[in-house]
Amino acid sequence: MASVSMESVSKSFGTHSVIHDVDLKIDDGEFVVFVGPSGCGKSTLLRIVAGLISASSGTVKIGGDDVTDVPASKRGVAFVFQSYALYPHMTVARNIGFALETMGIRRDAIAQKVQQVARMLKVDHLLNRRPRELSGGQRQRVAIGRALVRQPEIFLFDEPLSNLDADLRMEMRMEIAKLHDDLKTTMIYVTHDQSEAMTLADRIVVLNHGRIEQIGTPSELYRQPGNRFVAGFIGSPRMNFLAVETPAAHDDEHIVGPGGLAIGRSPSDSIPVAEIGIRPEALRLVPTGTGRLDCMLERVEDLGHEHFAYCRVGSGTLWVVRLPAAPNTDTIGKPAALTFDDHSLFFFAADGRRLLPSAEPLGVRSALS
Amino acid sequence: MSARLVRRDHLAAWLFLVPVIASMLVVAVWPLGRTFFFAFTDAFLDDPSVYSMVGIDNLIEVFNDHTWWLAVRNTLTFTVISVAIETALGLAIALLINEAIPGRGLARAAILVPWAIPVVVSTKIWEWMLNDQFGVINKLLEALGFIDHGVAWTASGSLIMGVVIFIDVWMTTPFMVLLILAGLQMISQEIFEAAEVDGIPAWKRFWSITLPMLRPAIGVAVLFRTLDALRMFDLSYVLAASNEKVMTVSIYARDRLISFQELGVGSAASTWVFLLVALVAIIIIGALRLDRAAGH
Repeated sequence: MASVSMESVSKSFGTHSVIHDVDLKIDDGEFVVFVGPSGCGKSTLLRIVAGLISASSGTVKIGGDDVTDVPASKRGVAFVFQSYALYPHMTVARNIGFALETMGIRRDAIAQKVQQVARMLKVDHLLNRRPRELSGGQRQRVAIGRALVRQPEIFLFDEPLSNLDADLRMEMRMEIAKLHDDLKTTMIYVTHDQSEAMTLADRIVVLNHGRIEQIGTPSELYRQPGNRFVAGFIGSPRMNFLAVETPAAHDDEHIVGPGGLAIGRSPSDSIPVAEIGIRPEALRLVPTGTGRLDCMLERVEDLGHEHFAYCRVGSGTLWVVRLPAAPNTDTIGKPAALTFDDHSLFFFAADGRRLLPSAEPLGVRSALS
Repeated sequence: MSARLVRRDHLAAWLFLVPVIASMLVVAVWPLGRTFFFAFTDAFLDDPSVYSMVGIDNLIEVFNDHTWWLAVRNTLTFTVISVAIETALGLAIALLINEAIPGRGLARAAILVPWAIPVVVSTKIWEWMLNDQFGVINKLLEALGFIDHGVAWTASGSLIMGVVIFIDVWMTTPFMVLLILAGLQMISQEIFEAAEVDGIPAWKRFWSITLPMLRPAIGVAVLFRTLDALRMFDLSYVLAASNEKVMTVSIYARDRLISFQELGVGSAASTWVFLLVALVAIIIIGALRLDRAAGH
């Protein structure tokens, strides 16, 4: 087991820069998830940790040792690929045990270890099959088994569940979480799926355009997003945003917006609020004239246990509202209103920073360039 | 599907097959059938319409001809050695230009040049370069002090087979490179990355992953090249005409058929060539289990 740290790591391919000056410390035994939209550099960052890609500048340390120039094969990490990357011409047993063959371990000892790992991952009945004879879920288990058998210091997962269907993804997610509970090994997990990140991570690293936007526990990121990007990325359905104006302060109404929106206080005197955000679960749908924001109820989605109302606010913005119960169908396609508590509002400056009501903006994205 | 739909589907299938079947009949079945037929006659080339059936006499005559067996030995020697060298070289070059080295695109294009030159032209170029008096190779070796007088590469009986193999290797290694490179690029890069992260040393990655996964590609390349080499005619003929040191079975059949005008015996020799090539093809396909490897 080992900690991982990256100090001002950058990576560029030719003139195209994909990772900008990343600083990150991952504690021994921690489960950290890199999350972000596609192309944000999360997989590149993971490959830099693995040694499959070398950093253009900066230092990578594993367990306190500088491994920046150490090849992948000597880093003691295990990597689980999205494509599983199983050896197609080898049986499941040989796939799992292949890495042990060059470690000077006796044949029967290898067979025993393979058996043990296979049993743990419930693939012990498939040991003589080839990868092409397995289902996606079984292949993923074999790929994890191949990582597990080496007892690595660190597990690296690169979108391991993306190729599985929804049910299987949920099941494997549980198993990976359980694996981490049992082994207590450091794990770094890359995904574009924020719900996977929320459910698995001790800490989440949100990446965008090759920069770290914010690092925090799932609940920190959900409750205290540092900027508009994180606010919009974490949470499902995503946060609703609305462009607002902060007219010159000559009366109590400091922030005004479409649909008759008026908010009686601004979080900052110096920086104007450009946008407000509010989560779908913090909104309530009420009859016209009784809310704080007029809208048009366009559509309702019935998911059984919950309902989502799609409301047009102003001319262009569509907001999602989570409803506890289905609304009267007569109200669909007609004007309605929304109400909310002031404390569930998020305020953002024009550059995307979050403005805190207390005064100072959150210092996470201090240097915006 | 209703019976009528099935019938219509079958009709469409046959319609699509007709052009292929027709052209195969004209360019393959008919000439091959004629050759087999003449193999059992005593016809001569000047007037093929005059003949009588002689049974398997022609086949036996070729079988008992010392020159035929010389040609078989030459052909097999040439095939085994040239294909072996081409495979090894082709694999090495394919692995090299598959790496992200500078100038890779240029190397890939340049490697095809020998393959693009007609055999007759290549052979003539090499013949001149290897000429004992004026050849650039001898000049070079003399200048470097390896030899004190020009070597008669293409005249010496013991050297000429080596020269034929060398020219063939020069000409057709690009073909091997191309087929093996295509096979290499079919292998997912992540498989090699997985092995790398797993701490598998480079030699074992090559031996246990690259080579087994390349087996179908190498197998197909070896099959193509072997069949090509077994019926090689132009290279030897341009270089040495009917010199027995490098006479191949195709040259033997051509000599009997054209030079000696023996349509019957020549056809019998051609039939033997056909059987020889078919036998080797069956052995290779069976040994490499190409039929199964292709289906995976």
